[in-house]
Amino acid sequence: MNSMANFSNTLYNMGVMNDLARKDTPIHRIHPLAKVLTTFVYLLILVSFDRYEISGLLPLIFYPLLVFLFAELPAGPILKRILFVEPFIIGIGILNPFFDQEIVIIGGIALSRGWITFFSIFIKSGLAVTAGLLLMATTGMDKLAAALRLLKIPRLFVLQLLLTYRYISLLMEEVARTIRAYSLRAPTHKGVHRSAWGSLAGQLLLRTLDRAQRIYQAMCLRGFTGEYHTGEDAHMQWRDFIYVISWSIFFVIIRLYNIPMVIGALLMGVIR
Amino acid sequence: MSHHKIETKSLGYSYPDGHVAIKNISFSIHHGESVGIIGANGAGKSTLLMLLMGILFPNQGEILVGDVHVTKNTLSMIRQRLGMVFQDPDDQLFMTTIYDDVAFGPRNYRLDENEVEQRVMNALETVGISHLKERAPFKLSGGEKRAAAIAAVLSMEPDVLIMDEPTAALDPKSRRRLINLLKGFEHTKIITSHDLDMVLEVCKRIIVIKDGEIAADGNGEDILTNADLLDACGLEIPLALQNCPVCGVNKDKERWVK
Repeated sequence: MNSMANFSNTLYNMGVMNDLARKDTPIHRIHPLAKVLTTFVYLLILVSFDRYEISGLLPLIFYPLLVFLFAELPAGPILKRILFVEPFIIGIGILNPFFDQEIVIIGGIALSRGWITFFSIFIKSGLAVTAGLLLMATTGMDKLAAALRLLKIPRLFVLQLLLTYRYISLLMEEVARTIRAYSLRAPTHKGVHRSAWGSLAGQLLLRTLDRAQRIYQAMCLRGFTGEYHTGEDAHMQWRDFIYVISWSIFFVIIRLYNIPMVIGALLMGVIR
Repeated sequence: MSHHKIETKSLGYSYPDGHVAIKNISFSIHHGESVGIIGANGAGKSTLLMLLMGILFPNQGEILVGDVHVTKNTLSMIRQRLGMVFQDPDDQLFMTTIYDDVAFGPRNYRLDENEVEQRVMNALETVGISHLKERAPFKLSGGEKRAAAIAAVLSMEPDVLIMDEPTAALDPKSRRRLINLLKGFEHTKIITSHDLDMVLEVCKRIIVIKDGEIAADGNGEDILTNADLLDACGLEIPLALQNCPVCGVNKDKERWVK
């Protein structure tokens, strides 16, 4: 019961990201499409790294760091959301050290390759989630959707995304209400008894369908024909192109050269 | 201004499961009229509204808005002239901010963005919530959501406002504010409600529906003081017209019959 309340609370707080998106900073002013593309290139480069790579990944942290600073975002809400996802990431990677026990020596420390892949997954996922959150916090759901439409993503998918975002809190409330009503009339049960699972889920589905239909009617009544307009100027400007291109070049350089190694080698050369 | 007239001619509708919801309903509503549609649960009020808006199409009879028949081809034009406020504002506020939601209708009609902004601000100011324009709909109170839903319809500048249970789930102060707002509108208004006190205040004319048929159509005060008629239709005299339950003082019904 309590966990359900916490869960809906978390979802309720999703609005915080959208509130942040209404700030007015150099990053917020960049065209949504430019930010979507940059994030996309970033993620591509991120996942293209070898699974035993750690040091080469590290410079990629500059992107979220700089966006974070220039967009003047508060650390708390973003960090909280990253932490929220970490347990899942650890859950995915934690078995690697057990499966891959081949030993490698790094800087005099003996480590199983499993641990290296684990850290690699941990860093990659953390950075990917951060990049996604920053995109959200500097763009906002509506503009994000418009940018996706500019990328010719089918409008059905984009609408699906938008409406899910808008109505997930209502669905959660509905779930919470239903479960509350159940537990009030079944005070001795812990959780929902499996005999009621089917009808509970069925009820929710029917109610969701009903609501979906009413929402669709409301949209049609206000002239909705399937296309989604945000009223934003659709054109990217030169600074938007520069934003995408310079970040992309930076990412590619990171991918091609192991920057920490290069700097290390340079320093060693100087010392010698 | 006959082009704002709404007319139904021997309207009939039955749901696919065979349930006959509307039988032979004919009325005509003129420009500037405020009409209350009342009736017991399941009498057919909501179905009637859906027929007017072209969400459902009648099995028999016809609906005219101005001189235009409500058909699939004329829906876009009809819906620009009739604005409907849903019973549950959450069904109507689907965008991430109030501003974008109120702008949804005008943008769908591809208006210039300056015109959109002007309309949105006008609508928000009319209902008194321009300070909430950047807020997310799910963070508003019930009364604020209702106001936002009305603004979302006003921004389309309709000639006719159609409302399904506008005072449902509002606290007394929000309800009073809404009633004052509705009284200030010069639009043609069609309102369904069980809140007969509100109907008494806002609507000059009342249509009573019973089992899908019109049981009465006439002056609001005449109908709402007719205890026998209301009783037969599953309704009762508005509280404002009932005698005081504490001191037993008779209400001065003359006050309402102007």
